Amino acid sequence: MQSFQEIIFKLKQYWAQRGCIIQEPYDVEVGAGTMCPETFLRVLGPKPYRVAYVQPSRRPADGRYGENPNRLYKHSQLQVILKPSPADVIEQYLGSLEAVGIDLTQHDIKFEEDNWEAPTLGAWGVGWQVMLDGLEITQFTYFQQCGGIDLEVVPAELTYGLERLTAFLQVKDSVYDIEWAPGFSYGDVRLQDEVQFSVYNFEMADVDTLWKLFDLHEGEAARLLALYPKSTQEATEKARFPLLPAYDQVLKCSNLFNTLDSRGAISVTERVGVIQRVRKLAVGVAHAWADQQGAAQ
Amino acid sequence: MSLPFLLEIGTEEIPDWMIPGALESLRGQLEGLGIGARMDATPRRLTARADGLPERMPDTEERVTGPRRTAPEKAVEGFARKQGVAPAELSIEGEYYTYLRKTPGRRMIEVLADSLPGIILKIAFPKTMYWTGKSGPRFIRPIRWIVALLGDDVVPFELAGVHSGNETTGHRRLGSAHIPVTIENYEQALRENFVILRGSDRQDMINKGIADLGVEIKPDLSLIKALIDLTEYPTAIAGDFDPQFLELPEEVLSTVMSHHQKYFSVIDEFGRLAPRFVAVMNTKADPEGLIRRGNERVLRARFNDARFFWQTDHHKKLADRVEDLAHVTFQAKLGSYLEKTERVVNMVKTLGGDEHAQRAARLAKADLTTEMVKEFTELQGVIGGLYARAQGEPEEVWQAIYDHYKPESMEDSIPRSLAGQLVSVADKLDTLRECFRISLIPSGSRDPFALRRAAQGVVKTIVEGHIASAPLPDLIASEWTLVEFFEERIKYYFRARGFRYDDVNAAVAAGWSNLPDLESRLLRLQGIRHSPDFEPLAASFRRIKNILRQAEFTGGPFNSALLEPGPERDLFTEINRTAGQPIEDRIGALRPKVDLFFDKVLVNAPDPAVRANRLAMLHNLLEQFRTFADFSEIVTNS
Repeated sequence: MQSFQEIIFKLKQYWAQRGCIIQEPYDVEVGAGTMCPETFLRVLGPKPYRVAYVQPSRRPADGRYGENPNRLYKHSQLQVILKPSPADVIEQYLGSLEAVGIDLTQHDIKFEEDNWEAPTLGAWGVGWQVMLDGLEITQFTYFQQCGGIDLEVVPAELTYGLERLTAFLQVKDSVYDIEWAPGFSYGDVRLQDEVQFSVYNFEMADVDTLWKLFDLHEGEAARLLALYPKSTQEATEKARFPLLPAYDQVLKCSNLFNTLDSRGAISVTERVGVIQRVRKLAVGVAHAWADQQGAAQ
Repeated sequence: MSLPFLLEIGTEEIPDWMIPGALESLRGQLEGLGIGARMDATPRRLTARADGLPERMPDTEERVTGPRRTAPEKAVEGFARKQGVAPAELSIEGEYYTYLRKTPGRRMIEVLADSLPGIILKIAFPKTMYWTGKSGPRFIRPIRWIVALLGDDVVPFELAGVHSGNETTGHRRLGSAHIPVTIENYEQALRENFVILRGSDRQDMINKGIADLGVEIKPDLSLIKALIDLTEYPTAIAGDFDPQFLELPEEVLSTVMSHHQKYFSVIDEFGRLAPRFVAVMNTKADPEGLIRRGNERVLRARFNDARFFWQTDHHKKLADRVEDLAHVTFQAKLGSYLEKTERVVNMVKTLGGDEHAQRAARLAKADLTTEMVKEFTELQGVIGGLYARAQGEPEEVWQAIYDHYKPESMEDSIPRSLAGQLVSVADKLDTLRECFRISLIPSGSRDPFALRRAAQGVVKTIVEGHIASAPLPDLIASEWTLVEFFEERIKYYFRARGFRYDDVNAAVAAGWSNLPDLESRLLRLQGIRHSPDFEPLAASFRRIKNILRQAEFTGGPFNSALLEPGPERDLFTEINRTAGQPIEDRIGALRPKVDLFFDKVLVNAPDPAVRANRLAMLHNLLEQFRTFADFSEIVTNS
């Protein structure tokens, strides 16, 4: 039986052999691998890029105190970006499933329409959910827009649900029973965090503090964005301008928004407004980043 | 010589529901080239095949006019040179030199090579993408290969970096990726590579497969349509689930199976849900049972979730969830579902709803806060009804909640009880009123809030529920555009039921404040339509309306002393004699008198008093039918 970590090794190996940079997880909390700068910013502009990384993705509202066998507050996505998408991208993807030992002549694979959209990022794309014997194992997206910008080069984004894929391969009904490494189950490694973060997100997070943090991070991102040089004369200033740190502040806001939401602290009237606030920052960073990269060429 | 033609556009997986429309669009465009094609598709290909294409388009001739016959020789030579001929080959027509230019018809293969790229890119899809770059072509999914053959020859063109050729592609894992084909062996070559080209053949495979499994499924037309266009080589397999799950409501189990997992539900000999399901694979077989077991596990997890939701949702009763609707957005500019709930309760009251109807209206949206509805949004209303029943609400209340999204289409039934009908009407009317108030008005194909369907549902429910207590115009009077919108939906509804459009226009023009009454007038109109007197009388009524309009006459005093004996007085007498009788009886009586009146009497009499009096009599006649129908809307042959 392949362990969780062996499956990850094999997938990374597979994509490394196909020219991908193997990145480590981004070290700011995100709701999805898409939000990492390695995806959100790298897909902008004309430069080709290929990267794969495992990203822990936090969705506070999905937490179930470790009691639900299929739902997690934090799950692991393998995020693969192929920019531009190669003509045989689907075959390459299917090859990755074979690389982890799935004999596709013995299984049923279907591509069902599933278009992806992230309003807080001003991003959307078209694609499929990939169904393996009735189980959704991957979200496959051709990005069309990111940060409100039509993409010059269309990347393919593959997002594998690693826990699901592993449960499938190990024939386990509960995510907590899958073997992470020989002698260690997923539950051994992660159950504590599921329980404790569920308690925090649903019961104990201090709403006022979270709002204060939200405002602080938002303020810092907005302050930086306002300082980004407008003029083409300031090429050197532009090139060294800290947009990546500004984007980290946006990610903080996004995660705080999700936590406040799971805490039931965002009212109807506020909700749309808060999404707009995050989106405005994300779009602002994306535009500045596109400008910065363009100026550097 | 005539040639067969094959076009196969090879793509990545096209969303199943878009395939029929895409084939129609492609067919229509090929017809524009004079090609009547047979259309087929799988998720990865759109195919057109035709026979009998000419090798060349017909030759054409065009007469080109040159200089005057009196022009200098040099000018004539110049014209001839421009046409590429000797001056002797020109002819003289009238005052001018001319040349009859004959253009041989272009070869069909060239015509196709030129037009096919444009045709392919014009195939209509509800949503498209680009993939080669921002300025690149748009299609539903990336185009990966193209087969284009005319007879034995490849129709050469390039599209999105793909060159047309004679190689197709088989099933992703069971077939070969590069298969050279001819027009003759195309379909067979695909079959050998586990691609069944025709949707009808795939449907037969699915049906036969289910029959061979020896199970009876719950019929599900939209599911079978989806599966036909989700597979290239469909094979049905059966799986089981733990009978313990049958304690969950059937609605939930069926929805999980059909909507979420695309499985057919299986029923036992008594028509009850059995603990089995049928899945349709996109492959040839499952000899080891791997695929069956995989699907069984997924379903088990889904059912476990549903059971968890069912149990936890009961911890808080629907009635206690109503206040939580303050946190659920109805629409960004329209506030929360709690506010909507208050409005709907009030409207149900206005419509005369009893305490059960009002209670149902109050609870109707509370299921939006349940985990079950968050997971299975398509079951909103139904879930609320089931929870209400389980929590001891009276039958009138839970059924009204259960039904209140009905009717969801023209074919769907209306809520089964008056309470349900009133909640349904009030809920939809509220949505319509509020959306129109902030100018969210459907236009063309844009109707994101499905307001047309909502209005259709209101009309259908009021008519078929015979709800006389719903004076629609009063309820929507605040928004003039909504009044117009409803009038159109009312006409649409009755036309869809098979009423003649002019009958509908005539009856609607006489008012639609009471829809059940409108329906009965329409039925009567339909009944008298066959009477030989009806259309002539309708034609006369139109004439009267025109006369009144030209005279700008909108009513005035009538004096019977001014009537002339003969046709005029006879008509007046007949109008009076039949007044108050049902229209069915009046038509035959009035028609000859009206005809005679117009034959013998000049409405525009020289004496203004007589003229005004005649206009007044005709005006009164029209007025007597005004609340039944506007007969001038009837389209007659005369």
